[in-house]
Amino acid sequence: MVEIIYGPRGGKRPDLTNGHEAYLEMVRRKRMYGGLLLLVFIALMASGWNLAASRNAGGFWNGIGNVFAFPSEVFAEAWEKRALIPGLVVEHVPALIETINIAAVATILGAAAAVVMSLLATRGLARWPRAVPLFRRAMDAMRAIPEIVIALVLIYILGGGPVPAVIAIAVHTAGALGKLFSEVAENADLKPVEGLQSVGANWTQRMWLGVIPQVAPNWLSYGLLRFEINVRASAILGFVGEGGIGYDLKIAMQWGQGRYDDVVAIFLLLFLAIVVIDRTSDHFRHRIVKGH
Amino acid sequence: MAMLDATLTDMVTRSFLRRRLIAFAVPLAVLAYLVYTAVAFDLAGLASRARMDNAAILMSDFVSHKVHVTRDNRNGQVTASVEGENKGAYPAGTFPDWVSASDAETVIDLGGGHVVTYDAAGGRYVVPGYGVIDIRPEANRLILTAPEPLPDWINASDTRVTVTTDAGRFTYTRSRVETFRYFAGWELFFFTLDSPFAGKGIGDLAALALWGDRVDPARPNIVAMVSDVWNNKMWRHGDVAWALFETVLMAFLGTMGAALVALPLGFAAARNFNPIVPLRGLIRRVFDFVRGVDGLIWTIILSRAFGPGPMTGSLAILLTDSGSFGKLFSEALENIDEKQVEGIRSTGANGLLRARFGVIPQVTPVLLSQVLYFLESNTRSATVIGAIVGGGIGLMLTQAIQTQKDWEEVAYYITLIVLMVMAMDSLSGWLRRKLIKGA
Repeated sequence: MVEIIYGPRGGKRPDLTNGHEAYLEMVRRKRMYGGLLLLVFIALMASGWNLAASRNAGGFWNGIGNVFAFPSEVFAEAWEKRALIPGLVVEHVPALIETINIAAVATILGAAAAVVMSLLATRGLARWPRAVPLFRRAMDAMRAIPEIVIALVLIYILGGGPVPAVIAIAVHTAGALGKLFSEVAENADLKPVEGLQSVGANWTQRMWLGVIPQVAPNWLSYGLLRFEINVRASAILGFVGEGGIGYDLKIAMQWGQGRYDDVVAIFLLLFLAIVVIDRTSDHFRHRIVKGH
Repeated sequence: MAMLDATLTDMVTRSFLRRRLIAFAVPLAVLAYLVYTAVAFDLAGLASRARMDNAAILMSDFVSHKVHVTRDNRNGQVTASVEGENKGAYPAGTFPDWVSASDAETVIDLGGGHVVTYDAAGGRYVVPGYGVIDIRPEANRLILTAPEPLPDWINASDTRVTVTTDAGRFTYTRSRVETFRYFAGWELFFFTLDSPFAGKGIGDLAALALWGDRVDPARPNIVAMVSDVWNNKMWRHGDVAWALFETVLMAFLGTMGAALVALPLGFAAARNFNPIVPLRGLIRRVFDFVRGVDGLIWTIILSRAFGPGPMTGSLAILLTDSGSFGKLFSEALENIDEKQVEGIRSTGANGLLRARFGVIPQVTPVLLSQVLYFLESNTRSATVIGAIVGGGIGLMLTQAIQTQKDWEEVAYYITLIVLMVMAMDSLSGWLRRKLIKGA
């Protein structure tokens, strides 16, 4: 037992006749490694924060006092104009719908691509088993490219509007969902597939009738979770690029003072939308996976 | 019995009907939704707005570069530069070997028999298989002499003549005449033209680095080479490396900081550790609020307070992820095995010791793997957050895209970002396997 713990290592051997002593030494050694790791971690964090603060425009201690300055300024102005806010909220609903539409379309398209790619990248199910690594690497690359990169490049070619954002999010979604879908599909029971094969079903039929019904609940659940993430991504892309509620927020922020009621209205709308979507999708995911 | 069978058959048939209906209705609904969004997004108008010429510029810039040979028609000065940028200019009076310049005329060999000549009278472009395109300025207009009819790759007006061929591009206006020659690959990637090592082959460079005479007597050649590459003005490799590091730093600090903040709060929000219901509820609502407000809004608020830079990005990640971690950690803590805690309790340990020896060893693998997953995805987020707060590779990328001409730099940054994210993915995967198998 003790030998297994220590392994064939040189140096001073622990006294095996005294199990108690050996155990204590092991504990000491473990604690020393743990302590060393902790020290390295603390040093990394401290120097990292220092470095980050030194490369920042404003220091941490200057900024910490200002954290509440901006929100309180915004809310003070919004409070004065509180009567206007319901109207402004309604005014921005179309932009919110655009943001949600971008997320939804991107999730649908990305998930559709992910279904095909994940099946092609799953060992045991793949249409061309030799191409499995190829599809895996393709999904890795799609997952690795941040949405903003694709979106900004596409804005140059396609002009502004929602389509670049949809494509950007869909590409990322295909990669991210593809990996998760493929992990689920790996655990699918192969008996239905073999049964279908024995009656001469082709690959598409085997997947559609043999695999998809097994994995659909989990896939749907992952898809819904991805939709939540994509709503946020779509809002951020709007802020960086064009279109949707993110863009409205950027414009309102650029106006600055005098338009803070607008800012608050958008914050409120975005917050409510995200909470409602999270709750709804949470509820459905529970129902899908648990079956009640 | 027969009754039962009848109802059963009925039930099964109805269930089949319902399923069949759903199998048709769901794809139809999705299709209808996609059609609606296609209208809402004005997909039809996209074709007219799309700039395919921009796409062509982008693709050619991704994989090739051009050298400009320009004459200022007012003072007759001829200059050559890579991509027409100051940073890539050839030193005054020197030219690439395919340009021969004397006082009276400049001859530019574009390869494949295409030759452009600038002289005192104007400019000439000899296109093989077509003829000579000759341009002379006269009074206020340009006189173009070329075989008729003019093909569509010559674009001529009184003030500007543009000739675009496979070999290059030639533009004549009253104020200047300019010729582009295209080359494959990225320009001056290692050395800019002001470096003594520019334009040398790998063999020459190796010889210089290992046994050649010192180009700069003050330092060895290999040091000079590294410094010239690192400080390359065109590609700014040093700045790019810093920016990449900054992005990883933001992700690391944000994720780890969030984990440290969320761990005690997770205990306070777990049912089995905090019996005070209102406090528990309050902390959970705080988690929900922080998560719900979303990274975008936190980023905006924090960049107002802390100014642009990597610390702002780290704090934004920290704040957003504290909410997510708090929720995940408290769920993990609620699912622990109570037996071990009881064992520790039986030795008379207080709450802190019970947490340290009864709980932490159990939950560490779960928490660590979650933290590492977040670190992975935050590397990507840090790129986007960097674009908003102004730090890291995200900032450099958005700047390069906004200038709309340095697409080769965009390609370079994209490649680096993808490599960075993949490296972080495999690092966190490796750590996850190491730490969790060991625990």
